[in-house]
Amino acid sequence: MKRRDFIKKSVVSSAFYSLAGLSLSSFKSENSKHITILHTNDVHSYIDPFPPNHPKNPNMGGVARRAALIETIRKENPNVLLLDAGDIFQGTPYFNYYGGELEFKLMNMMGYEIATIGNHDFDNGIDGLLAQLPNANFDFVSANYDFKNTVLDGHVKPYKITHVAGVKIGVFGLGVELEGLVDKKNCKETKYNDPIEVATDMARILKVEKKCDLVICLSHIGYSYKEEPNKVCDLHLARKTKDIDLIIGGHTHTFLDKPVIEKNLVGNDVLINQVGCYGLNLGRIDFYLTSDNQVAAKGKSIIV
Amino acid sequence: MKYFVLLLTFTATLSCTSPKYAVTKIEGKKIGITESQVGKSEIENYIKPYRDKIDADLNEVLAYSPENLDKSGEWQTNIGCFLADITFEKSNPIFEKRTSKKIDICLLNHGGIRTIIPKGPVTARNAYEVMPFENSAVVIGLPSEQITEIANYIVNEKKPHPLAGLTFTIAKDNTVKDLLVQGKPLEANRTYYVVTSDYLSNGGDNMTFFKKGTSRVDLDYKLRNIIIDYFKDVDTLRVNKTIRITKE
Repeated sequence: MKRRDFIKKSVVSSAFYSLAGLSLSSFKSENSKHITILHTNDVHSYIDPFPPNHPKNPNMGGVARRAALIETIRKENPNVLLLDAGDIFQGTPYFNYYGGELEFKLMNMMGYEIATIGNHDFDNGIDGLLAQLPNANFDFVSANYDFKNTVLDGHVKPYKITHVAGVKIGVFGLGVELEGLVDKKNCKETKYNDPIEVATDMARILKVEKKCDLVICLSHIGYSYKEEPNKVCDLHLARKTKDIDLIIGGHTHTFLDKPVIEKNLVGNDVLINQVGCYGLNLGRIDFYLTSDNQVAAKGKSIIV
Repeated sequence: MKYFVLLLTFTATLSCTSPKYAVTKIEGKKIGITESQVGKSEIENYIKPYRDKIDADLNEVLAYSPENLDKSGEWQTNIGCFLADITFEKSNPIFEKRTSKKIDICLLNHGGIRTIIPKGPVTARNAYEVMPFENSAVVIGLPSEQITEIANYIVNEKKPHPLAGLTFTIAKDNTVKDLLVQGKPLEANRTYYVVTSDYLSNGGDNMTFFKKGTSRVDLDYKLRNIIIDYFKDVDTLRVNKTIRITKE
């Protein structure tokens, strides 16, 4: 590890409690859990690796390799949650030929559990997406797209709660503004609602009402927009909400070298991660949790 | 006093059940998918029949690209110029045959170019990857005011949208000047014919000026097929990098 790790103590008072060795030894106790979140975004039907002569991404990516990598990680830690932040469709002839069937079937084989809907997932129309849903063994979540007046009504939930090794994880989805981006003939009567307002509700429901230990947002609204600083994006989402632990982003094809840490509305840390596009990378976030109040009181460290 | 202690304990127990677990440490990183990772054979075998069918259709070498055509550049890119030029070239004869009029301008969108064309042999697969969408060419008749609107839109968007037939200069104060269509100054009260994609003509990428069009002709010609047909026409791709937008 040549990279210099950035260690951030989020609770200053932890210094008062810092009894050397205690935190490490208590990790192995039954009260502690280790959850590995793996994620992709904007894979855009890239199934084969890039060819060796490709000027930008030679020999990078490929589903067979990603599947092997995920399998290796699952052997290390079986407590994995595998997620995708949208734009699964469109980008290679696999989509033009098979309409997304192969993308979904391969995601089943890798054990994807939850995905959100990106703007390009409407590219064969909302009917084209519906037609492929039976091929997906995983769930789609989107909280700010209202599908009530479309054929997708009832097929996409705002959020899903899943239990990984006894840890309760709430995952909700957010989609990008459709106006001016997705042809009306494709998204039909899908209604877009304000991501910040919706996320505020979702985070409250998942953290306060449903008492989730972790709240994750699968966001396809984009990381940030240099030319449109007021356009809603993941950075705004992180700063203007609370009770979200992790935002897994997409849409802007942003290659973050490591997750970004932002302060939320009440000054707590939120992680944002996005791993570019085309299946060139796999994002990995490891959460270590405890049910021991004394350990918890010492706060958390974020190593990215 | 006893009750008080009991109450406190009770509240403490309640609060620690919701939520049950607190985060003590988070680690995050990006893992590159490289050739050092051996692919899972089960997945590879599953993909193969799907891939073989596509390969049989798309692997034939159609032409040769003399350079990497990519999306770099502030106001224009070599791939954007190339695509705008060939879309213009391929659409104009069809439009002329149907309407006896000529296309003046081609405007596409930078975001619609999905990947690059590497130097070397090109196949129909490149066309699929550059233009995966099922979008078709459409010719919109626009009043001259909307041609100025196109130039202003490009300046405001600060994106190198593929452009042919229209040239202009961005002055130091960010206004548009020296606007020329086919090398001639803009004429008032004239209709200009702009070839674009059906997606953009419907206001995609916020190109709202297309909604002010006075006529619309669907060429029923997919943008991807334009690229494939051009590849079939030539041995080597011709890339015209003439400056379309000048910045003062």
